[in-house]
Amino acid sequence: MPDRKQTYDVLIAGGGNAALCAAITARQAGASVLLLESAPKAFRGGNSRHTRNLRAMHNAPNAVLTDAYKEDEYWDDLLRVTGGNTNEEMARMTIRASSGVFDWMKDCGVRFQPSLTGTLNLGRTNAFFLGGGKALLNAYYLTAEKLGIDILYDTEVISMNIDDGSVRSVDITYRGFPETLYARCVVASCGGFQANLEWMREFWGDAVDNFVIRGTPYNRGRVLKNLLDQGVAAIGDPTQCHAVALDARAPKFDGGITTRLDSVPYSVVVNKNGDRFYDEGEDVWPKRYAIWGRLIAQQPDQIAYSICDAKAFPLFMPSVYPAIKADSVGELALKMKLDPAKVIATVDAYNAAVVPGQSFDNLKLDGNKTQGLTPNKTNWARTVDKGPFYGYPLRPGITFTYLSVKVNDKAQVLMDNGQPAGNLFASGEIMSGNILGKGYLAGFGMTIGTVFGRIAGQEAARRARN
Amino acid sequence: MQETEAVLNARREMEICNACRYCEGFCAVFPAVTLRREFSTGDLSYLANLCHGCRGCYYACQYAPPHEWGINVPRTLAEVRAETYAEYAWPQPLAKAFERNGVVVSVVVALSIALILLIAMAISAPGQFFAARQMTAGAFYSVIPLWAMQIVGTGSFGFSLFALWKGACNFWKDAGAKQSITIAAIAIAAWDAVTLKNLGGGGDGCNDNSEAFSKRRRHLHHAMAGGFMLCFAATTTGFIYHSFLGWEAPYAFTSLPVALGTIGGVLLTVGTVGLFAMKLVEDPMPVVRRLLGGDVAMLVLLAATAVTGLFLLAVRATGAMPIAMAIHLGFILALFMLLPYSKMVHGVYRSAALLRRAVERDMKPLGGE
Repeated sequence: MPDRKQTYDVLIAGGGNAALCAAITARQAGASVLLLESAPKAFRGGNSRHTRNLRAMHNAPNAVLTDAYKEDEYWDDLLRVTGGNTNEEMARMTIRASSGVFDWMKDCGVRFQPSLTGTLNLGRTNAFFLGGGKALLNAYYLTAEKLGIDILYDTEVISMNIDDGSVRSVDITYRGFPETLYARCVVASCGGFQANLEWMREFWGDAVDNFVIRGTPYNRGRVLKNLLDQGVAAIGDPTQCHAVALDARAPKFDGGITTRLDSVPYSVVVNKNGDRFYDEGEDVWPKRYAIWGRLIAQQPDQIAYSICDAKAFPLFMPSVYPAIKADSVGELALKMKLDPAKVIATVDAYNAAVVPGQSFDNLKLDGNKTQGLTPNKTNWARTVDKGPFYGYPLRPGITFTYLSVKVNDKAQVLMDNGQPAGNLFASGEIMSGNILGKGYLAGFGMTIGTVFGRIAGQEAARRARN
Repeated sequence: MQETEAVLNARREMEICNACRYCEGFCAVFPAVTLRREFSTGDLSYLANLCHGCRGCYYACQYAPPHEWGINVPRTLAEVRAETYAEYAWPQPLAKAFERNGVVVSVVVALSIALILLIAMAISAPGQFFAARQMTAGAFYSVIPLWAMQIVGTGSFGFSLFALWKGACNFWKDAGAKQSITIAAIAIAAWDAVTLKNLGGGGDGCNDNSEAFSKRRRHLHHAMAGGFMLCFAATTTGFIYHSFLGWEAPYAFTSLPVALGTIGGVLLTVGTVGLFAMKLVEDPMPVVRRLLGGDVAMLVLLAATAVTGLFLLAVRATGAMPIAMAIHLGFILALFMLLPYSKMVHGVYRSAALLRRAVERDMKPLGGE
């Protein structure tokens, strides 16, 4: 049982990838470390539990990555998705550091696998954890225990009490009972606030009742808010979050990866009024799944319905919830509680507008399109006429929020006056907005967490032991 | 295969696994899952027998209990697997043996030993059963005549082999591959079965009782299976010596049958005792406690067969030989009879499932990129 009265060198708030990377690095640098995870042991690891890979720069093929993925290409990808909402110096530092994390991760017991199926063609850019994010966390926790890091589960940080630019004490609840802990340095690695529906409601109103939170219910942003209230500088749009299209039947929290649906490019998608509202075939799904969350969030009651026929059904990943199946479009509409006449009219109009003659190819932009519709479908447009017909209800699924604490390249948290806090560091989701202010690159959250976790651990240990 | 509650639950879990696929690097089960969208009862029987119970997927699963979906693939497939043993058993009335398998195994063992003892005592001359023995040719057969050993041994073993074959046919009809079997597929399946490749969890072995990996279970199983095969080889060599070369047992310590049997017996003892010890400390979550009785009974039977064999070797020149031999033969008779009606059948169905996997190895996963 950890002695909670002692003053630890480094106290870590959080229990996901970034927190573990910080904890292990600090301990390896000789610091005494206490890690506080708000979830119970079975749900430890925050959103990292649902992840699968890490985006890593490499100049030549290695054991887990094919070909090369060099700094400039990586940076270009990031620049494109963020629309410039990033910090080039810090981003390039992160990208370069991502090429050097493998040996350390392997030493911590993390195992990689060649990418196989259902992975959106990421074998070149992303290293896949064997067994996924929870397996990665298991390896890190085993390493942490072996190194003598003290870990408390069911322990939430309530307040990091900042005075004169340094954290003097940390108020927590341990299994529901309040306590105050002391540490020489503190690392905040406890995620964003997407699971805090009341906070989300400030920006989205009652639409949040129709949002699905893909990850852990424990990311309530308590530390984030606490720090911002005490004069820590903020970065990232507080109103924005990463939203994808999910099966509407997903659980409110923690549905993870499986509730995603890849059916949209091969479907006709209508809102609750039975109207189409966006080009389903604008681009390949890996480049479009993230905008569909927002598109659906803007529809009445934040819901949409993907409708396809027997030709399209085998083209996408199996869904975790069975498709709603019917012998006619009208029957399908009825089963999905839509106006059958309206849906039939929409599908008929779509079928009539499909330009025939092109060969169909689901692996590339095949140019099969409709003509004269608003909006048109510009790829993979085929008539929806071969029964049985399949439908899925869709909702916006929130992955993470962008609002962050501002940090420098040493992971030191910056105060409103631009000065770094004396002994406060941050890593992971809680500071990702410094680099990823908008959009998303698959696996980049884990890269930021790993790189900044290690920097934060290193710097905190150095400061604590000086 | 019938649509039981366990089968329905397995189908639910496999459909979730198919939408996730994070575990595809662990073993053959998950790549096999991605080849289909719908899971017939036969498919689920196949997957259940393909699972080696390494538990890697349980500890890696983001949907494992207490998540509301409660995904626990090793336990769920173990439940289905146990049902398949009864489903495919031949003759069907004996499928009941799987209901309380621990009890059945124990009773059969006790009865076998009693039977052999009775035969031995009935045959030996009055007062001779406990008399000191000379290690002369044919000494064993003065306790139990060779013909009796041969009739009981080949009778029980032959029946069991036939029953196993019928079971394998039942499995293949219900859960086997639809495509034809190739030599290459047989070679791949045999290699995977012998090496226990799928007990590898992606390279570092199984989870014994925590998130940590170890190769302990794989190594112990190798010791057990290898020991078993060496003992079998010892018996076969003895048979060849006797029938073709005219050399009668007992053989010298340095002879091939005794050497094979001794090494085999030691390995079998180490493997079974080790596996039993691991069961005492295993995590109860990813296993089916209800099946523990049958598993443990079989381990004890194998261990007892090995230990009594070694004991017989040690006392074969003393007055304890007849009773040691009768007890040892009792265990062997029980083992022979129980082959198709105990945990031992897993070897047959697992190998058949590996064969289907090898036949299907070039099929492409459905969906995805």
